[in-house]
Amino acid sequence: MAKPKLHRFAIRSSRKKTIEVIVANLFRLMTYCVILAAAYLFFDITANGSKAVFQGKAPFINIQFLTEKPQTLHVFEPLEPYNEIQKRRTQILQLQSKRKALGSNDTEQRTEYSEQIDNLQAEIERWDAQRKAERLKYSDDAYRALDHTPDLSMFKHQTYAYSGGGIGPAIIGTCLLVLGSIAIALSLGLLCAIYLSEYSRPGKTLQAIRLSILNLSGVPSIVFGLFGFGMFVHFFGWGVSIIAGWFTLAIMALPVIIAASEESMRAIPRGFREGSLALGASKWTSIRTNVLPYALPGILTSSIMGIARVAGETAPIMFTAAYALRDQLPWEGLEQPTDFFFQGVMALPYHIYVVSSKIPQNEYTRDMQYGTAFVFLFIVGFFALSSILLRIHVRSKYKW
Amino acid sequence: MNLAIQPERPKPNSASKAKAIIETRDFSFAYGPTQALFDISMDIHKKEVTALIGPSGCGKSTFLRCFNRMNDLIDNTRILSGQIKISGIDIYKRDVDVIELRKHVGMVFQKSNPFPKSIYDNIAYGLRIQGIKRKSELDEVVERCLRGAALWDEVKDRLGDSALGMSGGQQQRLCIARALAVKPKIILMDEPCSALDPVATAKVEELIHGLKTDYTIVIVTHNMQQAARLSDRTAFFYLGKLIEYGPTEQIFMNPENPKTEAYVSGRFG
Ligand SMILES: Nc1ncnc2c1ncn2[C@@H]1O[C@H](COP(=O)(O)OP(=O)(O)O)[C@@H](O)[C@H]1O
Ligand SMILES: [Mg+2]
Repeated sequence: MAKPKLHRFAIRSSRKKTIEVIVANLFRLMTYCVILAAAYLFFDITANGSKAVFQGKAPFINIQFLTEKPQTLHVFEPLEPYNEIQKRRTQILQLQSKRKALGSNDTEQRTEYSEQIDNLQAEIERWDAQRKAERLKYSDDAYRALDHTPDLSMFKHQTYAYSGGGIGPAIIGTCLLVLGSIAIALSLGLLCAIYLSEYSRPGKTLQAIRLSILNLSGVPSIVFGLFGFGMFVHFFGWGVSIIAGWFTLAIMALPVIIAASEESMRAIPRGFREGSLALGASKWTSIRTNVLPYALPGILTSSIMGIARVAGETAPIMFTAAYALRDQLPWEGLEQPTDFFFQGVMALPYHIYVVSSKIPQNEYTRDMQYGTAFVFLFIVGFFALSSILLRIHVRSKYKW
Repeated sequence: MNLAIQPERPKPNSASKAKAIIETRDFSFAYGPTQALFDISMDIHKKEVTALIGPSGCGKSTFLRCFNRMNDLIDNTRILSGQIKISGIDIYKRDVDVIELRKHVGMVFQKSNPFPKSIYDNIAYGLRIQGIKRKSELDEVVERCLRGAALWDEVKDRLGDSALGMSGGQQQRLCIARALAVKPKIILMDEPCSALDPVATAKVEELIHGLKTDYTIVIVTHNMQQAARLSDRTAFFYLGKLIEYGPTEQIFMNPENPKTEAYVSGRFG
């Protein structure tokens, strides 16, 4: 077979080209895998979480879940479906063990057992639907407010810790923690960054400082938690409190903020500084008027991003600021205004941790876990998004 | 051939001594370990344009930046010897406030650096940082400076627009106008036209020429024609040394030093 004659630029296959194609596709595949994983994560949390957060009838958002305190859930299972289901469960177990005991030749018998099991399974599902339709769920408050409890000859009464009510205090607590630590971390970080980028002289000391700040960002969060516990909770005697949480989170976010702020300030052309200095501006004036305004968008974005990451950590607030359960909202029952800072709060990440690991799991905790995760994701996303919008806004105001 | 010649002074007519506004004596300057300026002595005269020329790296910018102490911003810079006096005051004495000095000695940079603000705010900047806030006063100064920089007619209808929307030549003239706002006596210019096209360059040159009546101007340039066109006196630098200094005509037509001659005739540099 005569090969068609190839001209000078014709595509010729070679090993190098094959490798090229394989490598490119490998990269693409890996990227898709990552995107898929992220998409699945968001989808899973949104799908499961929205069950708790949204509802079928107006106002479509489950206000109770977002505002109420976590409570014990009282469930009244209708007895009849409950008993029927239990009965069939036992039968299935029996059949399964019988099936296991069969020799390998009894294929007929085996299929018969399997069919029976399938039938029972289907019946269970039907009863389960009825059970779900008829069962009564009350949060603790609602239960106490009941005029007469459901007839216990018709219902089986069960209680589940933390599975009722909502996550209102945790939402408030997390927002408080995030806002406070942003304020502290931004002011501290900005001051450090201004010093490092504008005032310090390059040399060994500066490098050492940079290196240690960089190292700080590699410290595991639990270590920050312990540090905050030792420093703020005990040594300063603040106790488990918002303010201890603020400082712990702020210190944890500092490395990122300092690095980002420094970088943003470095990116400002030297000409701006020299230009204003040459007009007789003092150093601070030149920084204030001709460096900070232009560096601010970058500083804010990366800082808020940094805080949003840090605010998601459970470990640093576990010992310093978070209560597993608190009956009062932060502004309730204060004897004097300063008490506000010295009280613990509930926080979303810690709440997720508590409902996922500290209490017995059941079908009702699941909604709570996913709902909390969903709300949490939403809040963190909100902070990140607002920082980006802020950046775009400021950026369009100061462009060069 | 004697390379270590004493720099040639302009003809010592009796008025020249009185007219010197910047007096440099045996000035030596170093960046860390590397010395950049060697024993420079020269007088710069009031209300004249003085050009500093020389091949790149010879220390022109360094020397210029010594006049308003911009080199203070660079770490490890040292004055090895000598002094610079402006209006009779040693500017490196301890009791000198650099802020006051820089208000007196303005500077225009090689790369035009308008601030990313409006045209108006750029000019007003120098006054605002001094605490002057009155609108009428600012308006007055902005107009005066823009007129002084021959920009007024071009931008008077868009004072609120960003300065970055201007052309390169306009930006550089804006920087000159900005420098005028703080009422300096001396204006230092470091290759102000190096990034401009010939038309814009001509405009800036025209402007500089006009400014001469009110200001003392020291300009660094690598453009021989520009120095010849603009300046009253020219100083030729080579490897950190002042080789020859004198009236521009003399430097270009009748240089005493063979190196100067070689440079101005374009044989090296
Ligand atoms: N910031 C600096 N640090 C160290 N050396 C410098 C610095 N600026 C300039 N120099 C050195 O000083 C010498 C003179 O530079 P410069 O004044 O910029 O020359 P010119 O403006 O005549 O081209 C050069 O050798 C240059 O390498
Ligand atoms: Mg230069």
